[in-house]
Amino acid sequence: MPNNEAVLSVRDLSVYYGEFRAIKNISLSFQANKVTALIGPSGCGKSTLLRCLNRMNDLIPQAKVEGEVVYSQQDIYDPLVDPAQVRLHIGMVFQKPNPFPKSIFDNVAFGLKINGLTENIEDSVEKSLRSAALWDEVKDRLDESAMTLSGGQQQRLCIARTLAVEPEIILMDEPASALDPIGTLAIESLMRDLTERYTIVVVTHNMQQAARVSDETAFLMMDEDRAGYLVESGKTDNIFQNPQDERTEAYITGRFG
Amino acid sequence: MTDENFNKQYDLAPHSRGRRTKSIIFYLLLLTAIGVSFTGLLSLIIEISREGLPWLSWHFLTEFPSRFTEKAGMKSAIMGTVWVISFTALIIIPVGIGAAFYLEEYAKKNLLSKIIEINISNLAGVPSIVYGLLGLSVFVYYMGLGRSVLAGALTLSLLVLPIVIVVSREAIRTVPESHKQAAYALGANRFQVVYKIILPQAIPGIMTGTILALSRAIGEAAPMIAISALVYLTFVPTNPLDRFSVMPIQIFNWISRPQDEFRGLAAAGIIVLLITLIAMNALAIYIRNRTQTRSEE
Repeated sequence: MPNNEAVLSVRDLSVYYGEFRAIKNISLSFQANKVTALIGPSGCGKSTLLRCLNRMNDLIPQAKVEGEVVYSQQDIYDPLVDPAQVRLHIGMVFQKPNPFPKSIFDNVAFGLKINGLTENIEDSVEKSLRSAALWDEVKDRLDESAMTLSGGQQQRLCIARTLAVEPEIILMDEPASALDPIGTLAIESLMRDLTERYTIVVVTHNMQQAARVSDETAFLMMDEDRAGYLVESGKTDNIFQNPQDERTEAYITGRFG
Repeated sequence: MTDENFNKQYDLAPHSRGRRTKSIIFYLLLLTAIGVSFTGLLSLIIEISREGLPWLSWHFLTEFPSRFTEKAGMKSAIMGTVWVISFTALIIIPVGIGAAFYLEEYAKKNLLSKIIEINISNLAGVPSIVYGLLGLSVFVYYMGLGRSVLAGALTLSLLVLPIVIVVSREAIRTVPESHKQAAYALGANRFQVVYKIILPQAIPGIMTGTILALSRAIGEAAPMIAISALVYLTFVPTNPLDRFSVMPIQIFNWISRPQDEFRGLAAAGIIVLLITLIAMNALAIYIRNRTQTRSEE
């Protein structure tokens, strides 16, 4: 698979919630089979940017998007594009584990069933659970409620659920922030493994986590009107060891934020 | 810890006698309130049982009304209630759930939807006889349904729909936003989110509300008297356009007879009605409790 190829590009993106401008004029590309970390102080629009990438912002009343998000040579905000189809290709894992109150099997099978991908459904579920490093822990209790799993296991189940519909890109919104250190470690090593087949964009508050898991890093800040903007982006090693902007350096060395 | 700290002594006794007295008085007031309502209910049940129990028998349930008290039963009223309530359920379940889902998941939050919402809440407070008269003019005469089971069911549906809608909306609202988001993120469209995620979780609450609404409908006398106007019925409805009687009408009729024996029959009728209502409410509570414990697992 070719490297350094952008699978998703944001061009001059601004997002408004009613009158409030949450992010302004962000342009950024996401490379195939890499983990890109979005970092920055609270309220700088990291999550807003992430949710724009698969049109989850559509669900917020009054949210308005300007600019383009280009995926497979189309602007996903084109009126002819069905957001449900976009989300099939660009999946999302949320901050708090949010399994459905169904069995473990049905959680993973949900996306397959609603999209009519019911052939070899058992194999697909097993494959997804294996990819999410959860199979060995749950293979004997697939019929049990997902609510019986620990927080870390629930989050890996949510990842498996996302993998099942075989997206190309996975968006993760602080996927480990609700987990204990062991759960966090499992998610981080899983993210590294997943880059073999997937492109990952992750929002994180945790600088060490960004340094550990990501290949690319984008640093966002907010201006005096609380609108988020991009300060700089590039290879994680460069951003952390040799930041071009002094604000980036101040943030990653912990002087503010 | 220093000795000085250890030897400190605070006054931990109640600070003022007045505060304690007030709290006792308040407690007694609450006790009186519950006492009054409970005594009222209890004396009603005792009085009804004393008058009605001797009349309660198998043949009371299986015989048609008669002018001879010892022969009289409430078969036509019971069967009429079954017919009317079944059709009411058939109407309010789809319409009520549909309206609730529209308001919660589809309607844009604007002035119009707000007006509709306020209207629905207010409709729940309209006196039931108003619905009876509305049903009489619209369903019985204008739509030409006559004084039929269907006209009765439509009228009762209008009467209890606000309850079903309000309760269903509350049940829909208890489904966590995070579950809906997860489903959308998996490529679900709005219908799939409603049908596969919200509905399964909301259905126990919706069922509880529907049963409570139906038990309210069973006890309604005023609108049914306006629609049916029939008290002496010696047949059971065989189709939705047949005429009918219901339990409250039968009870009302027996009570208004001059002969004393009919009061006993009325009391027996009330017992049957009360048992039906208690059974339905118990079912609603059972469903609610069962799903509560399940969601806490």
